[in-house]
Amino acid sequence: MPAPLLELHDVQKYFRVSTGTFPRRKIGWVKAVDGVDFSVYPGETLGLIGESGCGKTTTSKLILLQEAPTAGAIRFDGEDVGALRGPELMRYRREVQVVFQDPYSSLSPRMRVGDIIAEPLQIHTNMTREALATRVSEVLELVGLQPDLARLFPHEFSGGQRQRIAIARALATHTRLIVLDEAVSALDVSIRAQIMNQLEHLQASLGVSYLFIGHDLATVAHISHRIAVMYLGRIVEMADSLELCAKPLHPYTQALFTAALPAHPDQRHEKLALAGEVPSALDPPSGCRFHPRCPHAMPQCSRETPAAREMAPGHMVACHLY
Amino acid sequence: MAAIDEANVVAVAAPRDVAGARRWAKLARELPVVPIVILLPFVVMALFANWIAPYDPTEPIPGAKIFEPPFWMSGGSRHWLLGTDFQARDVLSRLIFGARVSLIVGVAGTIVAGGIGTTMGIVSGYFGGWVDQVVMRVTDAWLALPALVFALFLATMVGPSMWNIVIILGCVYWTRYARVIRGEVLSLREREFVKLAEIAGAGKLRVILRHILPNVLNTAMVLASLTIGVVIIAEASLSFLGVGVPAPQPAWGSMLSDGRSMLMVGDWWLTVFPGTCILLVVLPTQLLGDWLRVRLDPQLRNL
Amino acid sequence: MAPLLQVSDLQTYYASFGGSRIVKAVDRVSFTLNEGETIGLVGESGSGKTTACLSIVGLLPNAARIVGGSIEFAGEELTTKRQADLRHIRGRQIAMILQDPMASLNPLFSIYRQVAEPAYYHRGLRRRPLRERVQELLRAVRIPSPAVRMREYPHQMSGGMRQRVVGAIAMAGGPKLIIADEPTTNLDVTIQAQYLDVLKDIQERTGVALIFVTHNLGIVAKMCDRMAVMYAGKIVEQGSVRDLFRSAKHPYTRALLGSMPKLGSKEPLFAIPGQPPNLARLPGGCAFHPRCPQAMPKCAAEEPADRAFAADWSARCWLLEEDAKEKYAGAVA
Repeated sequence: MPAPLLELHDVQKYFRVSTGTFPRRKIGWVKAVDGVDFSVYPGETLGLIGESGCGKTTTSKLILLQEAPTAGAIRFDGEDVGALRGPELMRYRREVQVVFQDPYSSLSPRMRVGDIIAEPLQIHTNMTREALATRVSEVLELVGLQPDLARLFPHEFSGGQRQRIAIARALATHTRLIVLDEAVSALDVSIRAQIMNQLEHLQASLGVSYLFIGHDLATVAHISHRIAVMYLGRIVEMADSLELCAKPLHPYTQALFTAALPAHPDQRHEKLALAGEVPSALDPPSGCRFHPRCPHAMPQCSRETPAAREMAPGHMVACHLY
Repeated sequence: MAAIDEANVVAVAAPRDVAGARRWAKLARELPVVPIVILLPFVVMALFANWIAPYDPTEPIPGAKIFEPPFWMSGGSRHWLLGTDFQARDVLSRLIFGARVSLIVGVAGTIVAGGIGTTMGIVSGYFGGWVDQVVMRVTDAWLALPALVFALFLATMVGPSMWNIVIILGCVYWTRYARVIRGEVLSLREREFVKLAEIAGAGKLRVILRHILPNVLNTAMVLASLTIGVVIIAEASLSFLGVGVPAPQPAWGSMLSDGRSMLMVGDWWLTVFPGTCILLVVLPTQLLGDWLRVRLDPQLRNL
Repeated sequence: MAPLLQVSDLQTYYASFGGSRIVKAVDRVSFTLNEGETIGLVGESGSGKTTACLSIVGLLPNAARIVGGSIEFAGEELTTKRQADLRHIRGRQIAMILQDPMASLNPLFSIYRQVAEPAYYHRGLRRRPLRERVQELLRAVRIPSPAVRMREYPHQMSGGMRQRVVGAIAMAGGPKLIIADEPTTNLDVTIQAQYLDVLKDIQERTGVALIFVTHNLGIVAKMCDRMAVMYAGKIVEQGSVRDLFRSAKHPYTRALLGSMPKLGSKEPLFAIPGQPPNLARLPGGCAFHPRCPQAMPKCAAEEPADRAFAADWSARCWLLEEDAKEKYAGAVA
């Protein structure tokens, strides 16, 4: 196996919670990300799935240097991202880009599409105007848009076209990793399929890696090579996408599969055995975070945090059942 | 509903110039005629005062008596249409040159206030943390001072002159910008295009100039159009109180002040004309401000 | 038995720019719904599914008008009713669940007060019976310890709980029909599954009919008996969910099903080319023809009629007409 492009090693992010304006009192820590390990390999799509509040967005913020981790290390190309300075940091900023969920909020309304796409290039290179325009045309064509659309403003495009523009911008700097943070969740079904196919096509031709963050199991499973399942700041299971679909091991992963909507009306409906809602990360349950909702909970589960174990090659699960 | 959303209706393929021409035609149709028609004569007066005004506004008219009435009253003369003041100076000429003072102070004072306030608001909103705390507490303290008294105090400190007044009023009226713009920036900072720029490695200055500033300019424009009137009135008030534009130079506020004592003996033209001028300039600027707000704020535009 | 709801040839138009442009948001839509049945109204944004539902409950925005067709509910014609009469039907017999529960709940009132309101006005309940009724409703949507939670305010509840409260309010008047407009879009996957189970449960116990407005075909597969697929204001195909999932006739229905990712399968998705239509400037003929993989010259010229080819299965597509002719020709030869 080649060396990983991005590596997260026991990454933690705690947020301090306070009340009152003056004086402020600390009431505790939100453990948004609590010991996460995973790697993204070159040319691979890693799916990160979980419900709201599981820490997947915080994880993406850590990778994008929007937040600094409380503990642990993020490595890109083997180098600790937190220690990058100057030109090294700029190189990271150039090679890691993001596409967000909302195509309406991610394009500046007062800039022309061409300028939006060219911005990262202007920051990182000394390209001439002609060279910039050529590169903008190139990436617009890559994402299936006509190059002459560069002179229009974002409001002249539909949601799906805007998302293509956002992808074009993310690709412009010869990016190596794109974080796709719910990038297709807001799109209509037919457009979502277009964008997903386009993303797969781009990966095949450019070799770019994706970290695909989502909440819809079918979508994440379709586009990802491997999937990591997150629950309350921890990764509970990680496996090859098809392997996970065939043999989900962790009770939470199993619940996600039960909750997933059927692809056909004849598919057997199982009632969801999962009770209650995701507890607050401010005061997470002891031991295994999932034990208060778990149908298989044992006494041990509330006392000890289960360690990740490799059940099959590449199939990790953190559960006392195994 | 998205389907009738104007954004979708805009032609993606339509040639640019045609769309541009259509936009101008639409703008011309929607232009607020009444405030512009009222305001335009004053702007012309201010710009071409030297040519329009029949007399030197600072010198007595040779051969005229003091307190001559307007031409249509008995004793009035067609040589000084709106009468003369206590130094036998032509009221009409003083009004015309007064327009220049009012508009210059109004516009320049607003620009100074807008510049200070917008900068403060952007710095406060974008950097947050203790910078925000400091700026906002200063703003609070500023707001707690009665604006006119504060301006009066500053004017007596630095001495009266038109450009001093401009700077003083700018320093007094920036707080409104700072508050509103800060709020706008707080929400902009969370918008994804700002985050995308930061993630792509854009520096703070670049983010502010390319992503924040263009998106708060609309708000600043609307605030400016609403502030001009306030600044003009403040200048008139200062001049009325004798700390505005210094004496021989004509300003509507000092004209009001000079004519005040003669109101009792029936020489109404000395106060009514400058008073009316102030009203006729302030009212349309407010109307224009309302129109701008509706035009520039997409939330209100469709109402 | 007469159907509970019969919508026939419904036309709802928006007038934009002072009437200079007409947008046919709902164009000759017909469908029926029996008691206790669930129909899924499927379509992408702008297909007119929400407008169709707002027409039924009489909550159209000012710019929209019903310009033709009829809506018959429990034997009564709704399109000609005055607003005052509609108010009695709405809430009591037809209830609506919207996408954003926070927008449907008043943040200033307790859950009790909001759930009690319909029972107070429509059923005249007071004091203890009212309290019991509220608890019963909250229990029906499986809110744990209803006696305690009914004293809470909306901001104290999670999104899933709030949406259940909205469900309880919808049930309060004892309706015969609930219209649910994308009720689970903002919910997490497991919370969505729980909520859909609750709705199914309620339907089994009370026999209420449901209209599910959604763009998510998985919800249709899970919840609905019948489905109607909307495109550009028209129903292009409708029939039983099983039939349509098994062998849809209209290319758009087939494309929608093909663009749905399936768990455990990596087969490439079928992507419909092009952009969703702009209702203000629809192409001539069949509105889907510019994106249709099987478009023929005829499709751009003329609009296909709604053609029924089974008891409860119809579609608007020229392919079906051609198909029928060929078969007929084959039979003659």
